[in-house]
Amino acid sequence: MFGRLTIAAVEQGPIVLGAQIFIVIGTLAVLGALTYFRKWSWLWNEWLTSLDAKKIGVMYIVVALVMLVRGGIDAIMMRLQQALAAGGGGYLPPQHFQQVFTGHGVIMIFFVAMPLMLGLINVVLPLQIGARDVAFPFLNSLSFWLFVSGAALMMLSLVVGEFSTAGWLAYPPLSELRYSPGVGVDYYIWAVQIAGIGSLLSGINFITTIFKKRCPGMTLMRMPIFVWTVLGSMLLVVFAFPVLTATLGMLTLDRYLGMHFFTAGGGGNMMMYVNLIWTWGHPEVYVLVLPAFGVFSEVVAVFSQKRLFGYPSMVLATMAITVFSFIVWLHHFFTMGAGADVNAFFGIMTMIIAIPTGVKIFNWIFTMYRGRILFTTPMLWFLGFVALFTIGGMAGVLMAVPPADFELHNSLFLVAHFHTMIVSGVLFGDFAAITYWMPKIFGFRLDEKWGARAFWGWTVGFMVAFIPLYVLGLMGATRRLDHYPAGLGWQPLFIMAGIGVCIIVLGFVSQLMQIFVSIRDRARTTADAADPWNGRTLEWSVPSPAPFYNFAKTPKISSRDAYWEAKRTGESLAPGAYEDIVLPKNTPMGIYLAGTAFFFGFAVIWHIWWLAALAALAFLVFLVMRSLMEDTEYVIPAARVAALDAAHSA
Amino acid sequence: MTDRSLALTHEAYATQDVTVFGFWLYLMSDCLIFASLFATYAVLHTNTFGGPDARSLFSLPYVLAETLILLTSSFTAGLGILAARRDRARETIAWFAVTLLLSLSFLGLEIHEFAGLVAAGNGPSRSGFLSAYFTLVGTHGLHVALGSLWMLVLLVQVAFRGLSDTNVRRLTLLALFWHFLDIIWVLIFTIVYLFPFI
Repeated sequence: MFGRLTIAAVEQGPIVLGAQIFIVIGTLAVLGALTYFRKWSWLWNEWLTSLDAKKIGVMYIVVALVMLVRGGIDAIMMRLQQALAAGGGGYLPPQHFQQVFTGHGVIMIFFVAMPLMLGLINVVLPLQIGARDVAFPFLNSLSFWLFVSGAALMMLSLVVGEFSTAGWLAYPPLSELRYSPGVGVDYYIWAVQIAGIGSLLSGINFITTIFKKRCPGMTLMRMPIFVWTVLGSMLLVVFAFPVLTATLGMLTLDRYLGMHFFTAGGGGNMMMYVNLIWTWGHPEVYVLVLPAFGVFSEVVAVFSQKRLFGYPSMVLATMAITVFSFIVWLHHFFTMGAGADVNAFFGIMTMIIAIPTGVKIFNWIFTMYRGRILFTTPMLWFLGFVALFTIGGMAGVLMAVPPADFELHNSLFLVAHFHTMIVSGVLFGDFAAITYWMPKIFGFRLDEKWGARAFWGWTVGFMVAFIPLYVLGLMGATRRLDHYPAGLGWQPLFIMAGIGVCIIVLGFVSQLMQIFVSIRDRARTTADAADPWNGRTLEWSVPSPAPFYNFAKTPKISSRDAYWEAKRTGESLAPGAYEDIVLPKNTPMGIYLAGTAFFFGFAVIWHIWWLAALAALAFLVFLVMRSLMEDTEYVIPAARVAALDAAHSA
Repeated sequence: MTDRSLALTHEAYATQDVTVFGFWLYLMSDCLIFASLFATYAVLHTNTFGGPDARSLFSLPYVLAETLILLTSSFTAGLGILAARRDRARETIAWFAVTLLLSLSFLGLEIHEFAGLVAAGNGPSRSGFLSAYFTLVGTHGLHVALGSLWMLVLLVQVAFRGLSDTNVRRLTLLALFWHFLDIIWVLIFTIVYLFPFI
């Protein structure tokens, strides 16, 4: 009846029990609060069923920040283990430690970095191109809820059963049934697969939005750089995520139907998995970092109070990175033994891809040159990014040399390298973006003082945590060690790394304080929220918080930095009369469809076949029901638009 | 005889334009799924692990019959779209019903082929080669099956609601999907079935 699911699945020892109680109590507290304050219908009607891209974006960011806490706790647990575990010992059994580092990687990439990016894109992209919504609003809602289903499976693995111990990319043969017979890898597969399909649909949606929904006059070369970087990123999603889908699908077939794609025997080829997964995995890095480059390009121009230096070269660099990122994947496994020629090719390609990134760094620095720089929080994040990203990038170019990589492969030097890239590149970019666009979303600014404290906490903490890892890597420490001999002299450096994480936690607490203080004092920062930074692009031309229809009148533009230009010349961006606005109606269908995907995933993980069949059938039924709905849009008459717009201007 | 594409309102045309563009992107991403499976097949097709190889398992005339049926179904789908553009609902339904019939017979042949292989002990878990074969061809088959279901739902919609803008748009997407599956099949026919014999 319940497949592999027995009561033993929830009995996991004292540490996991603590986490289980925490999650269950947390969930019950949220549900209880919603019931007590009678907020269910508000939540359902205003948020969960909404097809407004801005609201979907905010929901992405909220879920991502919750997952960031989970991934952060994993990080603290690992640092604590390694600080304690000289000469054996530590407080975590190996099996648990392996789940923690696997969970940390999966959560941070798939359930923090991805949704933060997708959330920002949802909020900002339509506003920046003068559109009312994305091309396919319903698909957008479905993407979001599929991501939530994946995240829910991920969290559920902590309460019911176990998570994968095979690392964040689940290399076979370890991830095959023979060596991982439990449900851990199955949780991994279905959580990532369901969320990944959501991301793929987002990619299709945003590319179509960029190509088909730009306002009149916005030629490609007049698009804000953020839009260009989103285009590059989403092209990568559309061309890379199908490979992930296929690869995970083949691993699934190996595990469920006894096939031999990646098995050690039976004619399988496990190195093919490594090739396939990195054919997706390397572009994925750029999926995450390109939009962050876009954010920094907006931030540096606005806070240097001049136009971005080298716009065409920025576009060219973005597109070059998009193309090149598909032909460097092998640098993740030079040690595979593909031969000197193959390694040389991928080594050289890896060095070449550093060039367009260098172009961007120089463009940003030249933008600041002779600008009147305002050292606001987003600008601080940007400056921290430039410093750290350059250090991390140099480490990367070093590892692009295959002979050097044979020494550094899978060492803590590598771990330090990619954390430098992703934390400074992606996470700092997201933090800068959230601070920068907060007024547009909620109508008030974030507190600068606590923002600066958060920045220093993160930056100093990051350096204290990761510079020891570079050193440890050069001393020969490999990644994913749950203990090491005491005589190696590594422990002081691991303790230093642990202290660094504590400083990062101070930075994170400052961010929570920043949000609290900003909400408390919001009356002081609402007055100029429509255009608090003297912005350059279209999103700052609408009131804050942005109205649900985005633009009362569709803007017509004739230059780059159109809003800046309009403020300078005093001309209106949207002359002419108000017109009727057509918007999509709310629908819960995305929740239902993704809900069935969640139940399908859960059922297949635990081999509850009747539930899997039921969920698959329900999915098809909901899909057909959605296709039969004809009344999916509503019209706001021109007169009502005029009244709403007047109320905003008043 | 009016050409429907001229009769579309501006809004309907814009929606169709955006949707078709998005659907092309979906097709390209699906193409990458097949590309991954083709690459896998290329790597694994000699890994027979002591079991039978492609030459000893496949029968070209049988596959040729499958191929002709699928290609014909693509042609009839095209005729269905032409009828839809000319606003002839009954003719559209008729052509797509023929397409559906052909598609189901293709699926029947494929299932029969798979069942024969499994019954002879040459199922997908026999060797890396057969895993890759069943997955590549089976993924195409799954697409055809889901496409058939889609076709059935659309036929019911056209029968009850006529050739509305929405239905014509969806038929257009379905036809694109169908031609795409045809192209994938031509590649499967060539690489999986034909290469071992030449």
